[in-house]
Amino acid sequence: MAVTPPEQRIWWNEPIEKVELTWAVIAFLWGLFMFAFMIAWHFIGQQNLAKEAYRIAPSNYEAKVEAFANKYKVREEKGVPVVKPPAGSDVYILGRLWQWWPILELERGQSYRFHISSLDWQHGFSLQPVNINIQVHPGYEHVITLTPTQAGEYGIICNEFCGIGHHMMTGKIYVTGQRQAEGGARLAEGR
Amino acid sequence: MTVGTVVGVAGRAAEFRTCQYTGLKVDVAAQRLIIANAVAAVIFLAFGGLMGLLVALTRWPAVHLLSAEWFYLALTEHGVNVLLFWIIFFEIAVLYFASAILLNSRLAAPKFAWLGFLLMVVGALLTNYAIAQGDSSVMFTSYPPMQANPNFYLGLILFAVGALIGCAIFFATLVVAKDEGTYQGSIPLVTFGALTAAIIAVFTVASGAVILIPTWLWSLGLISHIDPLMYKVVWWAMGHSSQQINVSAHVAIWYMVAALLVGAKPLSEKVSRTAFLLYILFLQLASAHHLLAEPGLDATWKIVNTSYMMYLAVLGSMIHGMTVPGSIEAAQRRNGFNAGAFEWLRKAPWGHPAFSGMFLSLVFFGFIGGISGVVLGTEQLNVLMHNTLYVPGHFHGTVVAGTTLAFMAATYLVLPLIFQREIIWPTLAKWQPYLFGIGAAGIALFMMGAGTLGLPRRHWDITYTDAPLSFAHSAGAFLMMGLNGLFAIVAAIGGVLFVLVVVATVLFGKRITSGHKLTFALHSGGGAAASQYGSHFTPKLPGTMILVGVFFVVFVLYYFINWKYLSELWLFR
Repeated sequence: MAVTPPEQRIWWNEPIEKVELTWAVIAFLWGLFMFAFMIAWHFIGQQNLAKEAYRIAPSNYEAKVEAFANKYKVREEKGVPVVKPPAGSDVYILGRLWQWWPILELERGQSYRFHISSLDWQHGFSLQPVNINIQVHPGYEHVITLTPTQAGEYGIICNEFCGIGHHMMTGKIYVTGQRQAEGGARLAEGR
Repeated sequence: MTVGTVVGVAGRAAEFRTCQYTGLKVDVAAQRLIIANAVAAVIFLAFGGLMGLLVALTRWPAVHLLSAEWFYLALTEHGVNVLLFWIIFFEIAVLYFASAILLNSRLAAPKFAWLGFLLMVVGALLTNYAIAQGDSSVMFTSYPPMQANPNFYLGLILFAVGALIGCAIFFATLVVAKDEGTYQGSIPLVTFGALTAAIIAVFTVASGAVILIPTWLWSLGLISHIDPLMYKVVWWAMGHSSQQINVSAHVAIWYMVAALLVGAKPLSEKVSRTAFLLYILFLQLASAHHLLAEPGLDATWKIVNTSYMMYLAVLGSMIHGMTVPGSIEAAQRRNGFNAGAFEWLRKAPWGHPAFSGMFLSLVFFGFIGGISGVVLGTEQLNVLMHNTLYVPGHFHGTVVAGTTLAFMAATYLVLPLIFQREIIWPTLAKWQPYLFGIGAAGIALFMMGAGTLGLPRRHWDITYTDAPLSFAHSAGAFLMMGLNGLFAIVAAIGGVLFVLVVVATVLFGKRITSGHKLTFALHSGGGAAASQYGSHFTPKLPGTMILVGVFFVVFVLYYFINWKYLSELWLFR
């Protein structure tokens, strides 16, 4: 029964039904649109991850970040330096087992050249609650031009598994700016 | 010279039986191999699924079951056992079924097939042993410079070689069947889909060899350095492409279940086969999905690859998403369920676990796994969810609610037709796909929700209690993890029922003899619909058009909601 000859031997000459063709055309055009939109976002969007990256030995990167932290350190928090670089300058942060180092203090609305790399294993830079997530590799220094848009205190967590202390790997970024000052003033008036 | 003479088994006198329900000739050697692979698959599913439950219960903040060491160990076990071993053992069974059985042919070189099976079993056990020792909790992905025990990689390599032998047996069986004239004209669509899966599998295993062999040598100290970025590029050519094997295999199963249960034929062979061809041509580009948040890669490279070359492989899936329900609607209307837009769907065999499993798999794969996959794989949107729980949310939509559910559905056909045992406990079997499917869909959705709120994947403690610098996620994120735990329990109940029904049926189910009437009956003529090619002309399919219309609207809305989220982030370039 199953070996009876098929009904249409030449299936590639059969016409395509209209419903199928319509759906395939819609799906194809939607695909083209989504493809074009990724390209368009490079021109109309403000969130595009930079390609700029350099190979660097982890020890050299560590030395750079330490020099940066020593130069602009303003205070310490739980033994970690809080670093306030000039607006618009190069800022450095490193990931290692298990911390993000140092703590940064940035200004709202200013653009920074933000350098990031790992000293040991891969880490996941996850800025919360903003939700910017970037992979960090040892041996690669990634440079992103970053502009904080809101003032506040932000956490950095690690979202690439990096061993048993993965859940202890955190960091911090403070963003200062007019909005925070205004908010503080309003709060004071309210009291 | 045929493949048979090459491997030295030309003209094996195969022993056949004829299936009383489908009319198909069944090679007894192929049947034994299908049984062995399916049994191995279910054993690894049971173990890997249990590990998954432990992971979900640890992620549930109110329960937080395991210690950190055990959590990462269980998560690694969960990944390799369900994502690799369960799926690929089952796929080898599907390949043997779609070649030897559907083509009424003998299986080429069954002794080599047993060798492949043996290698897969040894490899799977070796990798499990390495993880259980506690020094290889490196996750499924094993990103360097993190290093596992050499046996972890060696087990995977052996398993892959065994799977490659399985693919070779499949190709050889196609040649044997053609050579011996066991079918006429073209291979049936289901076999064509399996062929797609096997071709992608060869690419996948080759990529796996290119990266895992050097990594193994590195773990032995014979190679000094593995570049972490290069590793990801090549590893994901295996890691993501292996999921495309699943897609091809479970789409083939959708067509097979539709054929056997309602007598569905493809609306048009040309369209469905072209959609499979698009998979072969473009799905392998998806390695880029895992590199969108990486340093140093060019936007042009990312856009072309992450979109599978202008979404042509997504087009393939969207076509199947219409032609599979469309072929069911056409067949059901021919079966007499012609009233209104949806009588065909209402009166479909929802009490048959193979049908309910297959249709839920189709819906969940499209709506949850498919849409989230495109969003996650969009160059800029990826930064919103990279390495958050959104990622496992997405692939539990594809691999669990999609592939695993489809494979479970197929098992309810394999048990009576290949094991020749009547399904024990039909009521439990009837409910099982609903429990497992809804549980899996819930896991996927709530992990996606948690990821959208920023929760990291592969993370033991989302309260960061031990961290020097504290951070607190929103209350909504914790709610998501609680719901995820509840749905994991529902899915686990469905999974336990599945394993119980399969094991009890194999051991104690009533043997099917000549003239036996199946509890879960097939459509008369279903065997012919599955094992032949030929198109089904029914131009009016209002129900299917409504379904795909709803899908399209959801897709477009969800896509733009995520662009809105992205536009609210800090600026970066």
